[in-house]
Amino acid sequence: MTLLPDDANKLSCRSVWKLYGEAAGNFLGARASPPTPEEIRSAGLIAAVADVSIDVRAGEIFVIMGLSGSGKSTLVRCLSRLIEPTAGQILFDGRDLLAVPEKELIEIRRHRMGMVFQNFALLPHLSVLDNVAFPLAIQGVERSRREARAREMIDLVGLQEREYYLPRELSGGQQQRVGIARSLAVGPELWFLDEPFSALDPLIRREMQNEFIRLQGLLKKTIVFITHDFDEAVRLADRVAIMRDGRIIQVGTAEELIVSPADDYVANFTRDAPRARILSARAIMRAATGTAQVAGNVDADTKVCDFAAALEAASQPFAVIEHGRVIGLVDRAAVMAVFVGAGLRER
Amino acid sequence: MQTTAHRIAAPTRFSPPWRRAFWFGVLIIAFAFAFLQTAKPPDWMLDLPREHWLPLQAGISAAMKWLVETANFGLFTFSEATRFVAYLLDQPLALATAVFAHGFTQGHGSAAIELMPPLPWLAALLAACAIALHAGGVRLAVLAAGAMGYLIVFGQWQSAMQTFASIVIAVPFGVVGGLLLGIAGHRSARFHKALMPILDAMQTVPIFAYLLPILFLFGFGPVAALLATIMYALPPMARVTLLALSAVPTELVEAGRMAGCTPRQLIARVMIPAARAPLMTGVNQVIMLSLNMVIIASMIGAGGLGYDVLASLRQLDIGGGLEAGTAIVVLAITLDRVSQAYAKRALEVRRRGALRYRWVLLGIVVALWLAALKIEPLRHYPESWTLSTGVFWDDLVEWLNVNYFDSFEAVKTAILLKFMIPVKRFLLAQPWPFVLFCVMAAALSIAGLRRAVIAGIFVLTIVFTGLWQPAIVSVYLTGVSVLLAVAMGVPIGIASGTRPRLWKFVEVMIDTLQTLPSFVYLIPVVMLFRVGDFTAMFAIILYALAPAIRYTALGIREVDPGVIEAATAMGATRMQIMLRIRLPLALPSILLGINQTIMLALSMLVITALVGTRDLGQEVYIALVKADVGRGLTAGIGVAMIAMIADRLMMASAVRMKRRLGLG
Repeated sequence: MTLLPDDANKLSCRSVWKLYGEAAGNFLGARASPPTPEEIRSAGLIAAVADVSIDVRAGEIFVIMGLSGSGKSTLVRCLSRLIEPTAGQILFDGRDLLAVPEKELIEIRRHRMGMVFQNFALLPHLSVLDNVAFPLAIQGVERSRREARAREMIDLVGLQEREYYLPRELSGGQQQRVGIARSLAVGPELWFLDEPFSALDPLIRREMQNEFIRLQGLLKKTIVFITHDFDEAVRLADRVAIMRDGRIIQVGTAEELIVSPADDYVANFTRDAPRARILSARAIMRAATGTAQVAGNVDADTKVCDFAAALEAASQPFAVIEHGRVIGLVDRAAVMAVFVGAGLRER
Repeated sequence: MQTTAHRIAAPTRFSPPWRRAFWFGVLIIAFAFAFLQTAKPPDWMLDLPREHWLPLQAGISAAMKWLVETANFGLFTFSEATRFVAYLLDQPLALATAVFAHGFTQGHGSAAIELMPPLPWLAALLAACAIALHAGGVRLAVLAAGAMGYLIVFGQWQSAMQTFASIVIAVPFGVVGGLLLGIAGHRSARFHKALMPILDAMQTVPIFAYLLPILFLFGFGPVAALLATIMYALPPMARVTLLALSAVPTELVEAGRMAGCTPRQLIARVMIPAARAPLMTGVNQVIMLSLNMVIIASMIGAGGLGYDVLASLRQLDIGGGLEAGTAIVVLAITLDRVSQAYAKRALEVRRRGALRYRWVLLGIVVALWLAALKIEPLRHYPESWTLSTGVFWDDLVEWLNVNYFDSFEAVKTAILLKFMIPVKRFLLAQPWPFVLFCVMAAALSIAGLRRAVIAGIFVLTIVFTGLWQPAIVSVYLTGVSVLLAVAMGVPIGIASGTRPRLWKFVEVMIDTLQTLPSFVYLIPVVMLFRVGDFTAMFAIILYALAPAIRYTALGIREVDPGVIEAATAMGATRMQIMLRIRLPLALPSILLGINQTIMLALSMLVITALVGTRDLGQEVYIALVKADVGRGLTAGIGVAMIAMIADRLMMASAVRMKRRLGLG
């Protein structure tokens, strides 16, 4: 394939549709331009995924966020071709997954993809060790090799000494560690996580998120992460895609979503986000007019929470510095606005 | 995703006035037919004259004859094919029979020399105990010892082992066959669609009806009996497999696919292991159904305990029948408990150990076996060591009959005269066009036009094959039995639904009732009430009671606790909660239970033919004795049609009611 839009993209999808209902396939094939939601509804169809195009860069954590029923789970299943999309293109390293024959798809899944599921999806009859070794077992890897590899993975997720437990003897958090270890056993390049922490208690969820960040620091996988929790999204993501009614409304970093939400729906999500930790000096600075008195300097990418205390103690604004040049000023009022949650738009 | 596409049905009112008026009118007309001399319909409406019958029976007989005598697939003829199947089944069966029951012999008849005796009773006893101990601990081992002990001491050993040999062969065939069909149905939607009606038909056509073609194609003998047993026990396994596979969580299947499973790996390494709990119940069902067939299969040539029961029943040898019947029960309960214990173990124990000391056990068994060559009491349990309670039972029955004959007779006569005969007369007085109209009207209002047309065709088929009168007698016998079974079962279910301790007791009772082969019910009832409709009804009630109780209790118990709490918070009394909340919400479940009761009653119908009823069951039975395939099959299909009409109507109303209550 020579049509690579960007060499850095590990996974791209172009105008992916998943329609449910009778004759869904013919419906799209028969028209030149993409249908409107009204046209879909009047044809008696339901669009779980509608005209989605995204690019996931190599080594990034790409989070797809949406409420239940927004189509995010369907989308990730289309990306892994667990569900056959009605139309569109899915490029994995430039190769169209939808055109790949069944045999090759199995090979891709065996060596290059991994997936973690919301409800863990562990095989109830196999021990932790056998569960983690399962993807290797079905490839026909011999026992001693696959068990050695599985032990490595079990160590990685911190479940040593529990190799011979059955899934139901483990807590939810431990079960999901097994799920993670299993999905990593084949050393995948592309890692799908479908709401991996949603079934866990808040405290455990937090712990698992930290664990996940630690793992990604070690592994540097390309990740597609699904969640319905905006806090989780901004904690983990390099970039977030917000989904609603099967469509992607906006893609951007957490900061971009807060600073310039595409619509009220996105703005609603961002309202209660921990802004001080997401917004940087750049986002709240005002233009530096003339020569003002400054109490200090702050780098443009520094998060608000990291300089708020220093600024509060000072009597003068700080200069915002990028590449050694002053590009603006931040003052106490701007920081205060971040903490009290005043609208950013008005500024 | 699809829930939003699902259109919400318009609310239907419970019973619009015109509908009530309509059915009231129908009832009045029915009473007029029954009680007014002037309203007596012409004879042809009560029983269609023979010259109008469709030649269905003769057609079937001719088709069978053609199959056996002339059908040819090019390379081989049909009868060669059946002979081949028979040969395939015969090999393992002969081996199992030799091992367990007859020993290995050379030569035939009286010239036969025993090369090796069958597995000695002592070795079998030991093995059974060891297996039971391994599966379920000491209590199960004691149960197994008791069961084997009964079979040995009461002289049932040889027959029991012959029966056991056929079970040992039938069960793997049933399980593997059902599993394969289920998997195929799961993988191909088209195959699934073709399979379902066949499974439905196999479960609604009474077993007797398909004994006939088997008898015709495979002849009288153990192989035909084995085949019938497999055919009977296999459909539920296929059904369980289909259900179990589709109930595997989607995520688990996806996990398997993402791991890169091929379709075959997905089935074998993900779905079947994940579904092993329900599949185990399927295996257990196959075992129990195979045992259920024991007596029936003996009608086409299976020896063993079934034959003993049948023979005693025919000679009205109560003691002998009871002992052989008990032997079947004992065998059934042991196999049931042991297989369930193994199923439980498979689910619970982390590292499933193989039978410890299995080589020791095998050594002992072989040693005993070799010893049996020399030691006669080991080879055959000496007859002088056996006990029999036969005389005791005969005496007991005689004593009961001498002392309580009048009371039994009074009860029987009263129920017959006051209840059964009036119902029978009432039903027999209805002209078939009127019944046709009623059935179609009911089907139309409950299940829609398509079902109504099908029901109409079924009724007409029964009429035009000359089976109207026996069909009505069948409906009457089933009807009175179901009525009484429901009248007993529903209150028991209600009472035990909210009382866990009572339920525990009731559950053991109905579990036992359901484990017993259907024939066994006939024995004690015949002892006390001799042959006739009353006996038949009594046996049918015993057999069909369990689901009415079970489903009622289930429905009562499973009412949403939130609703109960809400009602309690509003100050409802226990009685009010039961009458206004639990009962209405349990109604769909109760309907399902009644449906099951009807199905069981219909399947028992043919068996009660042995005690001299005059219904479709009797038609089948007579045909079996005369090997008249056409007659038997037509009557069997008649029973199946009644079953299907009842089933579809009951299911449709249960579904409707559920939807109205917002339960599904």
